[in-house]
Amino acid sequence: MKIAVLSGKGGTGKTLVSVNLAAAADKALYIDCDVEEPNGYLFFKPEGVETEKISIRLPAVYEDRCNGCRKCVEFCKFNALAYVGNRLIVFDEVCHSCGGCMLVCPEKAIYERDKLIGEVQRGRSEKVTVITGILNTGEASGIPIIKRLLEAGDREESELTFIDCPPGSACIVMESIKEADYCILVAEPTLFGAHNLNMVHELVELFDKPYGVVLNKCMEGENPSETLCLEKGMKILGRIPFDKELGILNSNALISVRESAKYRQMFMELLQNLKEEVQHETVVNP
Amino acid sequence: MKIAIPVNEKSMDTSICISFGRTPYFMIYDTETKESQFLENVAATSQGGAGIAAAQALVDSGAKALLTPRCGENAAQVLTAAGMKIYKTMNDSVSDNINAFVEGKLSVLDEIHSGFHGHGGN
Repeated sequence: MKIAVLSGKGGTGKTLVSVNLAAAADKALYIDCDVEEPNGYLFFKPEGVETEKISIRLPAVYEDRCNGCRKCVEFCKFNALAYVGNRLIVFDEVCHSCGGCMLVCPEKAIYERDKLIGEVQRGRSEKVTVITGILNTGEASGIPIIKRLLEAGDREESELTFIDCPPGSACIVMESIKEADYCILVAEPTLFGAHNLNMVHELVELFDKPYGVVLNKCMEGENPSETLCLEKGMKILGRIPFDKELGILNSNALISVRESAKYRQMFMELLQNLKEEVQHETVVNP
Repeated sequence: MKIAIPVNEKSMDTSICISFGRTPYFMIYDTETKESQFLENVAATSQGGAGIAAAQALVDSGAKALLTPRCGENAAQVLTAAGMKIYKTMNDSVSDNINAFVEGKLSVLDEIHSGFHGHGGN
């Protein structure tokens, strides 16, 4: 069972929720898909880390073979190629590595070169297998890393997987939730939080994913995110209080379920709710 | 000499478009014959790399100079590879800028922005 944890904005508590749920489970796999700034490993401090380098393929030109027919320029949907001054120019950061230019070139003037863009790390933290994707600074897209992360996850044959997604609702998030069986939307009790919750809500509806909401940083008084849940009939899985003790544990990169009985209890309950909800969803919408 | 200007409409009294890559049209003006033509910017609707494709079309049009309020780095790389000069427009009036260019009063565009790629979706 794959559970993706996402939110419309950063800092709502995706990592808090996914790390603690994974740690509360008997045995779990935690995948950090927030490849631009992965931070789950800071909490898990995994041991026995193995690293796999990740490259993408980019076109390069045998200039002596290129006759300037421009079939590749016309083919490229992303406009990653230009032919100027009798020379083909490749824009690496615009290229999506589809390899099409190489296929359409009648002169076989295009070949592919590897470009290192980041890495995938795998390690263990107690009963949790931790897989982390890291995109090198300055690279345009983390999607190739996320693909490799999810493939690596599939090889683990884990019964319970938590996918810690990047913030927002762009392509990189779509890639992260594609294979998920269930989505947890984490939201803050602010108007801005509710707006962002609405965005990811639209996304999971579009992808036809069963989902539930975790309301984080709950305080006395009005909670616009909760109001939105009630208006739209979004299932609330649990509430995490705006609590200084939890904040201190978290800012010291400690996993609260491993440090405190109180939070262990809280996340165990959330995990239980989640399991029942997922089971219910699979019965209702198999 | 042919010069290119990103414009909002296909008419002589059009204003200059604030975007280079996503402009609907380019006016191609010939400083010798004083004639102008309009080139539809097919790159305007492309998913990505609009500046690159627009620059390619301008290079192919035979224009030797571009008069524009802004230009991204990828487009600038294509244009400079073709030896095209990029000048900064002084306001949004086509005629003011053509006159200023002819009189040698337009300055070269030296702020090439790094583009808006990946903002709001890759």
